[in-house]
Amino acid sequence: MSKPVLLTLVCMATAFGLPPASPTRQAANAHLSPAQAVNAQAPDSQPANARAATHSAEGSGNEGEAIFKQQCSRCHNAPDGFSPRISGTVLRHMRVRASLSRHDEQELLRFLNP
Amino acid sequence: MPRPQTHPDPASSRTALHRLLLAVAMLCAVRGAQAQDTPLLSGGVAFFSNTNGGNTSYLPLIEPLIAAPLGPRLLVESRSYLFESISPTHGPSGGYTHSFFAGLSYLQADYTVSPHLTVAGGSYLIPFGTYNERLSPVWVSNFQDGPIISSLGIMSTGTGTGAMVRGSAISKARYSVDYAAFFSSRVGNQYFASQRASGGRLSLYLPTQRLEVGLSYDRLLQGTHENFYGAHVWWEPKDTGFRLRSEFARGHHAQGYWIEADYRAQRFGGPESLVGRLEPVFRIQQSFRRDTIVSDGLPSANTQRADFGLDYNLPHNTRILTSYSRQFASTGNTNIWETGIVYRFLFPAWKGR
Repeated sequence: MSKPVLLTLVCMATAFGLPPASPTRQAANAHLSPAQAVNAQAPDSQPANARAATHSAEGSGNEGEAIFKQQCSRCHNAPDGFSPRISGTVLRHMRVRASLSRHDEQELLRFLNP
Repeated sequence: MPRPQTHPDPASSRTALHRLLLAVAMLCAVRGAQAQDTPLLSGGVAFFSNTNGGNTSYLPLIEPLIAAPLGPRLLVESRSYLFESISPTHGPSGGYTHSFFAGLSYLQADYTVSPHLTVAGGSYLIPFGTYNERLSPVWVSNFQDGPIISSLGIMSTGTGTGAMVRGSAISKARYSVDYAAFFSSRVGNQYFASQRASGGRLSLYLPTQRLEVGLSYDRLLQGTHENFYGAHVWWEPKDTGFRLRSEFARGHHAQGYWIEADYRAQRFGGPESLVGRLEPVFRIQQSFRRDTIVSDGLPSANTQRADFGLDYNLPHNTRILTSYSRQFASTGNTNIWETGIVYRFLFPAWKGR
């Protein structure tokens, strides 16, 4: 068996055997990240590990979810979960990187912190 | 595989580490942040292998990113890379050699002037096309390798040093327009190396159609002044799990394009099923030389390449990337096999309540 194949198999085995990584633990300890909610609810988003989660069905929540699917999933998979304490920082970073409008930023922040 | 922007020697890499530690220390100095604005640490950890023409090399890599808000309008952010390149030696004794590299991808401060205008200063990623800014992070890209033409229009280093204005010019329910314009000065320092240049990008996005089209232009303002033109089209049909991305770039000495399609098979059993985690990816790309001056990082001969990838999205922000590529050129055809695993992390800079 060639070295690349062997190394890949080892990496896969390691990944399957790993305990939950820190971001997931943080989400479990604090709140389930709403990003996971969008994963579970959005068939066309790119979740790696969608979980069922209750989420507000209010109009603003739906708008935030739609914006998440339109703006965020265009480039990358939704993170598995992250602490609500950094949701504002994530959005400020992405507002610059993805040129989000103020409205989009506010709706996404509301969506990530229902 | 991420394209290193500089290749400092090990001693210089230590200096880069010091700068990174300084940035982390600066991040720790803003502990008074508000509840949702805690500084964050993010990035990716990866291990890649690449077999090109029978030679296999390995690349353990970490790309940390920090972002720290300083008040309501200012954000400081930086991304760096540290990796060890392990490649075979071609001498009679055989074996492998390895080299360590570290450097900054960018280090910038963003100041929000108005809802439509952000001014960024420092060392920033040049906004040309889509790959450099949006797809180059190791935890985002579907392939280890960037497109062949990814070095066009980014002024050798991918980074500009100076100022940039950007934002959402128009944002309506049916369409939005965003822009970015930059001016970069010439800097010889290897960690902030950049060339004197200016340019920008304009994009139109149609949310209903999930269609984005954009144009880029920049101009090298030192040595032989050169113009670079770019265009991109991204399309993601709603509720399909399908994404189509494409980009064209034309430089003074070469031009080319790439088209990438990926499909998340979550229709089959949901995103958490064994099949739903699969993500087949295909990319076709071509580059064409316009003259014999090879100063832009593109191959010296016209090149065609087809990449067939199969990614697997594991739980806990982990992805396995595999691909086979066949490259055709008058200088020789090659097979390229790539495998790798990427873990993406994202957490607050310090433990909170």
